[in-house]
Amino acid sequence: MSAPDMQMTATLAPKADVKGLDFYYGDYRALNSISMPVYERQVTALIGPSGCGKSTFLRCFNRLHDLYPGNRYAGEIVLHPDNTNLLSAEVDPIEVRMRIGMVFQKPNPFPKSIFENVAYGLRVRGETSRRRIEEKVEQALADAALIGEVRNRMHEPAYNLSGGQQQRLCIARALATDPELLLFDEPTSALDPIATASIEELIHDLKERVTILIVTHNMQQAARVSDFTAYMYLGEMIEFGVTDELFIKPAKKQTEDYITGRFG
Amino acid sequence: MKPIDLKNQIRARKRYDALFGVLGLLALMIGVLTFCALFADMAIKGMGRVDWDFFTSFPSRHPGQAGILSAWVGSTLVMLVTAFFAVPLGVAAGVYLEEYARKNWVTDLIEINITNLAGVPSIVYGLLALGLFVYQFGFGQSILSAGLTLALLILPVVIVATREAIRSIPQAIREGSYALGATQWQTVRYHILPYSSAGILTGIIIGMARAIGETAPIITIGALTFIAFLPPAPVSAQPPFLSFEWLVSPFTVMPIQMFNWTSRPEAAFQVNAAAAGFVLVIMTLAMNGLAIWLRYRLRRNIKW
Repeated sequence: MSAPDMQMTATLAPKADVKGLDFYYGDYRALNSISMPVYERQVTALIGPSGCGKSTFLRCFNRLHDLYPGNRYAGEIVLHPDNTNLLSAEVDPIEVRMRIGMVFQKPNPFPKSIFENVAYGLRVRGETSRRRIEEKVEQALADAALIGEVRNRMHEPAYNLSGGQQQRLCIARALATDPELLLFDEPTSALDPIATASIEELIHDLKERVTILIVTHNMQQAARVSDFTAYMYLGEMIEFGVTDELFIKPAKKQTEDYITGRFG
Repeated sequence: MKPIDLKNQIRARKRYDALFGVLGLLALMIGVLTFCALFADMAIKGMGRVDWDFFTSFPSRHPGQAGILSAWVGSTLVMLVTAFFAVPLGVAAGVYLEEYARKNWVTDLIEINITNLAGVPSIVYGLLALGLFVYQFGFGQSILSAGLTLALLILPVVIVATREAIRSIPQAIREGSYALGATQWQTVRYHILPYSSAGILTGIIIGMARAIGETAPIITIGALTFIAFLPPAPVSAQPPFLSFEWLVSPFTVMPIQMFNWTSRPEAAFQVNAAAAGFVLVIMTLAMNGLAIWLRYRLRRNIKW
């Protein structure tokens, strides 16, 4: 990192620290000793060409790879303030997913009502008080800038919403359980430009209260929404830095080739 | 190619198109018309006998007084037992295989076996049941034995239908649930089962529709062909109110009653057989209709 980077990061606390992370699909090594910080209440973007491992990396944070056989992690992702290694065999992936929310590439609302979609995370946690669930759902929908559009149709099926609204519903669903870190896996790749703009604005507002890690294949998006950017290529972390620095003055030739469009 | 040649060439190709259309329609009609003819023949012959008395009378030596009371009650009770055992076992097995089981050679082996079981002739199930349920377990020639036999027979159908229904649920839905911290059971309970219920129910009903027409395994375990009493009622006005004696009662079922009548020399009994057949086909069609309606109702609210 350059001098101005150091100044900027000196005041920031990391929410998570990735230390020497390797990831294997069976025998295939998809991630190669990745290390980087994720700063608290900042937006960190992961960019890189298709197949570079950015989504694979993101899915390590909530142990989603545990759902499929043959996947293996090595190294650590330490979550602060309690210094829990998310990848440790002693840590239950369910606990990890209760602390870290995720928004997927294609909006994936459950085929239930708008209300039930947002309430689901609370129900999973055993919350039974109707009043508390209603409060939380309302709050989450407000935080996801969706409440105005759905206030009078909470019990309609979620698939009646437009694509952009569905994605904001998925964000509300993740927010309802107060995650410490929110993962976005190319959240706008299935959306039109207007819906994309509203999601980007939302991400910008959300960093006041939650740490965000976002995968995007769109460099302009990374430049618009993120404070920090990491460039990945072939499962390796090529460069990590303050977004403005990385886009204006990349330290590595490879990064420069990618962001200037000469490659990728 | 000149425009005129092009037109001729297209016309020549379209002739084959039309030819296949005609052949396909013929093939379809052979099946449909055969069924319609059989059904119409049965309906014309038997319809005159289908009245209230036919449903409320026991079989009799006098064809004009004979009815299907013991047969339809027997069929209904056997179906109840079949559903009671086949549904929870089949659905749980299907859910386990799709959601819980590791994909390895043991699972593959089980899968192949289930598919094969669906093709085993029903008489083989009858023989198994005769040895196992009737003698080994001592259930006798009872409604319980028959229900268990048919449950075994349709178990593969229910398992396969459950798995197909579960497989059509997108992985994104599962990941969405797990990403919120749900356990495997919560995901099954709140997502997998509700979203696959239409397909599962359809499978169950189609399996039941098959079971209700089964004759061979029921004869093998020794259903009576002439029975002039009903099993003890399951509920009564006196304590203990509920009785399970009917489970071990002798019984007959619709197809056996039909079979019995067709083997009588008197022509009037043939009419009775046609009437019973008509009722049985209507019962089966009604079950299939119910399956279609349920599928429509349950799928209306499920989209991804």
